[in-house]
Amino acid sequence: MTQDFRTSAGGRIDRSSPVDFTFDGKAYRGFAGDTLASALLANGIHLVGRSYKYHRPRGIITAGSEEPNALVGIAREKGQNTPNLRAPQVEIYQGLNAESQNRYPSLSFDVGAVNDLLSPLFVAGFYYKTFMWPRSFWQKVYEPFIRSAAGLGKAPTDPDKDRYANHYAHCDVLVIGSGPAGLAAATAAAQSGARVILCDEQSELGGSLLHDRTSAVDGKPAVDWAADAIRALSENDKVTLLPRTTGFGYYAQNFVALAERVTDHLANPDPRLPRERLWQVRAKEVVIATGAIERPLVFPENDRPGVMMAEAGRIYLNRYGAMAGKRVVIATACDTAYRTAVDLKAAGVDVAVIADLRPDPAGVHVDAARSAGIRIEGACVVTGTKGRLRVKSARLGRIRPDGSVTAMGEEACDSLLMSGGWTPNVSLYSQSRGKVAWDEDAGAYLPGASVQHERSAGSCHGVFGLQAVLEDGYAAGENAARAVTSAAKRPKVPAVTGGEEGAGGTLGALPHDRDPARVRAFIDFQNDVTAKDVKLAVREGFHSIEHIKRYTTTGMATDQGRLSNMNALSVASKTLEKPIPQVGLTTFRQPYTPVTFGTFATTARGEAFDPVRRTPMHDWAVEKGAEFEDVSLWKRAWYFPKPGESMHDAVARECATVRESVGIFDATTLGKIEVVGPDAAEFLNRVYTNPFLKLGVGRLRYGIMLNEAGFIMDDGVVGRIAEERFHVTTTTGGAPRVLAHLEDYLQTEWPDLNVWLTSTTEQWAVIAVQGPKARDVIAPLVEGIDLSTESMPHMSVREGKICGVPTRLFRMSFTGEAGYEINVPASRGREVWDAVWNNVEAVGGAPYGTETMHVLRAEKGYIIVGQETDGTVVPDDVGMDWAVGKKKADFIGMRSLARPDIVVAGRKQLVGVLTNDPKVILEEGAQVTAEASPALKTPALGYVTSSYYSSALGRSMALAMIADGRGRMGDTLYVSTAEGAVAVEIVSPVFYDAEGGKQVA
Amino acid sequence: MSRFNFWELAKNALSAHENWGRQWRAPEPKAEYDVVIIGAGGHGLATAYYLAKEHGVTNVAVLEKGWLGGGNTGRNTTIVRSNYLWEESEGLYDHAMDLWQDLSQELNYNIMYSARGVMMLAHTIHDIQVFKRHVYANRLAGVQNEWLTAEEAKEYCPPLNISKNMRYPVLGAALQRKAGVARHDAVAWGYARGADKYGVDIIQNCAVTGIRRGADGAVEGVETSRGLIRAKRVGVVAAGHTTTVMDMAGVRMPLESYPLQALVSEPVKPCFPCVVMSNTIHAYMSQSDKGELVIGAGTDQYISYSQTGGLQIPAHTIEAICELFPMFRRMRMLRNWGGTVDVTPDRSPIIGKTPVPGLFVNCGWGTGGFKATPGSGHVFAHTLARGEPHPINAPFTLDRFRTGRLIDEAAAAAVAH
Amino acid sequence: MLLITCPYCGVERPEIEFRYAGEAHIARPAEPSKLTDEEWAEYLYMRTNPKGLLAERWRHAHGCGRFFNAIRDTVSDRFVTIYKMGEAKPDLERLVVEAAQ
Repeated sequence: MTQDFRTSAGGRIDRSSPVDFTFDGKAYRGFAGDTLASALLANGIHLVGRSYKYHRPRGIITAGSEEPNALVGIAREKGQNTPNLRAPQVEIYQGLNAESQNRYPSLSFDVGAVNDLLSPLFVAGFYYKTFMWPRSFWQKVYEPFIRSAAGLGKAPTDPDKDRYANHYAHCDVLVIGSGPAGLAAATAAAQSGARVILCDEQSELGGSLLHDRTSAVDGKPAVDWAADAIRALSENDKVTLLPRTTGFGYYAQNFVALAERVTDHLANPDPRLPRERLWQVRAKEVVIATGAIERPLVFPENDRPGVMMAEAGRIYLNRYGAMAGKRVVIATACDTAYRTAVDLKAAGVDVAVIADLRPDPAGVHVDAARSAGIRIEGACVVTGTKGRLRVKSARLGRIRPDGSVTAMGEEACDSLLMSGGWTPNVSLYSQSRGKVAWDEDAGAYLPGASVQHERSAGSCHGVFGLQAVLEDGYAAGENAARAVTSAAKRPKVPAVTGGEEGAGGTLGALPHDRDPARVRAFIDFQNDVTAKDVKLAVREGFHSIEHIKRYTTTGMATDQGRLSNMNALSVASKTLEKPIPQVGLTTFRQPYTPVTFGTFATTARGEAFDPVRRTPMHDWAVEKGAEFEDVSLWKRAWYFPKPGESMHDAVARECATVRESVGIFDATTLGKIEVVGPDAAEFLNRVYTNPFLKLGVGRLRYGIMLNEAGFIMDDGVVGRIAEERFHVTTTTGGAPRVLAHLEDYLQTEWPDLNVWLTSTTEQWAVIAVQGPKARDVIAPLVEGIDLSTESMPHMSVREGKICGVPTRLFRMSFTGEAGYEINVPASRGREVWDAVWNNVEAVGGAPYGTETMHVLRAEKGYIIVGQETDGTVVPDDVGMDWAVGKKKADFIGMRSLARPDIVVAGRKQLVGVLTNDPKVILEEGAQVTAEASPALKTPALGYVTSSYYSSALGRSMALAMIADGRGRMGDTLYVSTAEGAVAVEIVSPVFYDAEGGKQVA
Repeated sequence: MSRFNFWELAKNALSAHENWGRQWRAPEPKAEYDVVIIGAGGHGLATAYYLAKEHGVTNVAVLEKGWLGGGNTGRNTTIVRSNYLWEESEGLYDHAMDLWQDLSQELNYNIMYSARGVMMLAHTIHDIQVFKRHVYANRLAGVQNEWLTAEEAKEYCPPLNISKNMRYPVLGAALQRKAGVARHDAVAWGYARGADKYGVDIIQNCAVTGIRRGADGAVEGVETSRGLIRAKRVGVVAAGHTTTVMDMAGVRMPLESYPLQALVSEPVKPCFPCVVMSNTIHAYMSQSDKGELVIGAGTDQYISYSQTGGLQIPAHTIEAICELFPMFRRMRMLRNWGGTVDVTPDRSPIIGKTPVPGLFVNCGWGTGGFKATPGSGHVFAHTLARGEPHPINAPFTLDRFRTGRLIDEAAAAAVAH
Repeated sequence: MLLITCPYCGVERPEIEFRYAGEAHIARPAEPSKLTDEEWAEYLYMRTNPKGLLAERWRHAHGCGRFFNAIRDTVSDRFVTIYKMGEAKPDLERLVVEAAQ
């Protein structure tokens, strides 16, 4: 198709660079510099989408990110499809493949349009009143139907192929928006020596100057002045210019988030580039220069393709050389539309009439149109349009002094450009938590006092007219710079010719002479909300603007009400007979325009989603074929299957090896805290339930730590290395929490204690060697420590060397066997491990993982915090009253242990559980009941906390928390399984070596 | 007031919908009521509805400082489920679950309860243990909940990534099939319309400024921006603002209020069939009937009433969503908002009496109150009508913080080892 | 993301370096065992949770590791003052008056 609607010359497109693209499979040609919208318009295409509810045909209506209708899907390679892109923002490139949305089978013939015929039923909130019978139909019939009819584009189905980047930035002055106000502000700030970031959501900086054909600044055409200003900024190395970058979120303390679109406009982007980049900017001062948005007019059939905003018509014409139509009707209540008329006329477009709501339009803009020979009708309103997929004519009416309307006849046209005036864009100001205030003169909400270090400049705070906007921008830039540097100065404001302020504007539904029951005037185009819907909501008692929004869905479309909010508010205000400020305003939310999820997620993806912690011995375990489990951020070796071994086989073998010979285990992930100082023992005495004052140097003690509510929060072994030095261990997952807990008490409750805490988790590698042969295995490697039981009994610690490496050697056991935990500096961990492993292997030992560790400790009835305990368990519940120092006056959590419901009978207690059938391995989490088939809602007695096959016992075994469990020894209870309940016997939780002779041997 | 049904809708269509009446009145407050409820959110309105319908107490006012349903009711991600661990919680949430099933018919208002299933993902062996404990406990209590393998989870939710190469692979899931989502605004509106029909006065734009107590210490009424309103029974259902209201009666509360954020994507055609939650990597998501992906983020770390929070909170959630559903990385966030949630030390609600005679409180729902709305209102109405709790809310006392009988769902999922 | 000045490091850093630690100036009773259950519950659980100025604790967890106190407005999230552990709690009522001026 030829570009029938392209002007013969002019615009910022490169007519020497044709660009081929497709829309709905059909080939078109545009030029480099075109957006999809401008290229389609140049090809005479207005119809680009279907509305959300009624599936009405819809055309391009704006030239910006606020576009509610022209949303398309763009297909690239697999994993690069994107729905809901705004055609006015999509820059075309060779091979661009765009598709319309929300239509089936085709854009011009959409079966969903049957909804439009049912629109008398489908009014605001209709779905709350029906679809309730029969009950089961909601989920089976109605909801699937509604869901498939709703939605816009199709979500991608393949994993995203692209990358996203994150950038933190600091600056003195962030300027958001690069129209005349923003350019002036950035210039003033930059000339004052400030570090400036200037961003703009469009592909080119310059804003409205880029399509201003008639104004001159400093004696130059406006667009040339803009180019000079941008060039000067780009040559200043303290200035960062960011086109295609939307300031979308204004957060506390001048933290502003920007989204930069880096590659979507490129035909063949450099694969090294991210698709988008998140800028997290902390600005000392912010200038908001986001302009104003033109309001649609609310007249019957105002949604016909070909109906467009007047300023958009001017942008497409002047910036892109694309004509909205060949015969155009202009409907307005505002002078600025006259500029569009004049420019169109100058480009050879037939401007049929300017229909102005105001009875006596006057002023420079009107005069210019009049002298261009354009017909102007005052007190004239559009009362309807005709045409199926594109407007063919506009129906005009005369507004009489009493407000009634009489028909004036029809005016043929292929485009209708409208302007209801301008709404200052206060979104970012409002996001900064400023309170907007209604300005009666401006007929708009304007920014009130600044809450953060920001200022608005230009039309976003109600300043219009190019000269005034530039002055405002320079002042804002200077003031922003002055707040951060004493050298601030204001450049001379250049003189402007043209660009006069355009007065006028209207809000809400326009009068007409049509049957109100039969016509629809749209307020929210995408969501198909009409003036009648808003009135219906008010009639039904929805009086808050938030209620009206939610009931009608006005303002909830992808433009977030930027086109619709003020008109909806006006209709509500008139229906309620209350002034607009009393009706309220819905809240502006982040993001200003939709932002890609990937841009938020940036690089946190795959393994980088969360840091991975690995021990020095990790690679060794990988080489040995270990399976791993995630425990907090750590990767822990879970078990070491030999070829052909199942997990069950491997764990049984590992367990047997430890019990009969020796096993080696990587315990590095345990948290470690060095507690040092004259009051270290006193401190530990306060934070553990156990007594610590009399722990001898060289001795270890198992300690339980409670939170102040009395519940077990962590446990571990503590070694007294010297009089004033303790080596504390914590659970793997609990280490940071425990350190914070200890620091909290030390710093804030007991600052008088002279104690220092240092996390040493990363400093020590820990090699556990457990089993009857443990001593034999390590003895040849140890220097300076007498390993005999007499000299180094169970629960003791010695310092010396192993393999020539300094070590803190713990003699301790979490398996029930005699054993050691060898602490060595992490950097030497692997070499010591290798040496120990050589000896372990030589005697037929094996490495074991966390699963075997769990089984072995369960055989001994040792708890694991987080498995036997769940944050509601006190020491006595798990049979560890012995660990609570009875003579202590106080420790953290002690007082809570005396609360009525903690000392009450019937609490769950730790017991052992043996299934009657020794082959049955219970599931962890399974519930324990008194009867095999209890009546529904019979409370369980407890639950299974740990359950394994025990090779030592030659059968299954489990631990459980059961109400009054210690009083139920020998009882038969029942445990649920996937196949039904099984009978179990309640036994002591210590299954293996109850006397404890092995570990002390 | 006309009933809502298709024929009424069709009939009104013939008269251009000019004849619909108000869904609720905008009455002037009377001088005295039998019961005053502070807070016209879902819980407060449901309380009023059941007070009138089931206890015959119709001389009731619901006071709302803003617009009804404008607090957390209108800001939450609408997830409804009842597969809690402790018997107390199971009782409370499953009571609500029973009421949800027929709530549209009960209220004659389509609240769009969609039992599309809530699936909670397990990523670690510890998660598996915890979820199986839930499944088994729920089975005894008659609460629906079942265990799925990772493959079964993917079958239920095809976009789910179950690759073993994920940072935290999906190891399985707990699924409650009859759980789902409902239309949050409709719940508030339906209860408001229902309560209004029984004569309950819903008074919006009416801020409570004081609680009047007599010489005996008992409640006599509330001072409001629209004057004194007398009542011998007052129920506080003010969510994040409970501390502020209870301060007026001199009652200290074990509550802290935090910002909770949520977000939606742009609408797309149906692509996500159920609700998926992951506590381990902090994400939950469903797709609304409008087509938006509805995503819940976490709370900010500090107390705040600002109804907004830091960018890092939703960003963290989106990271998790993009890991679980890598195809949605190209979707876009349309709107991000915040609410204020009141959190108790055990993260379970407080529903019952206070030390002040005649003053009752229903608060502390934290991040999960929406799902309980019908049940909460139902048992709180009972409590207000009888002066004593219903057996279901009897454990949820304020006194439990003295005795230590906490109902700690989050602690039960505690991670250590 | 808040910006917080660590009074020990003397620098303004983003919130992610800090961990919130709840309401400030809740001293642990010297002899908990002498407290009634009510008094102990008051210490453990009852919180001011004000809409307005709150004295709260933060820890520069990813910096110096020190706890400190701050007065922050919970409606605007604005920090009014930040001070070291052990320093007296400012007069909140006076701060409210000052803030209004």
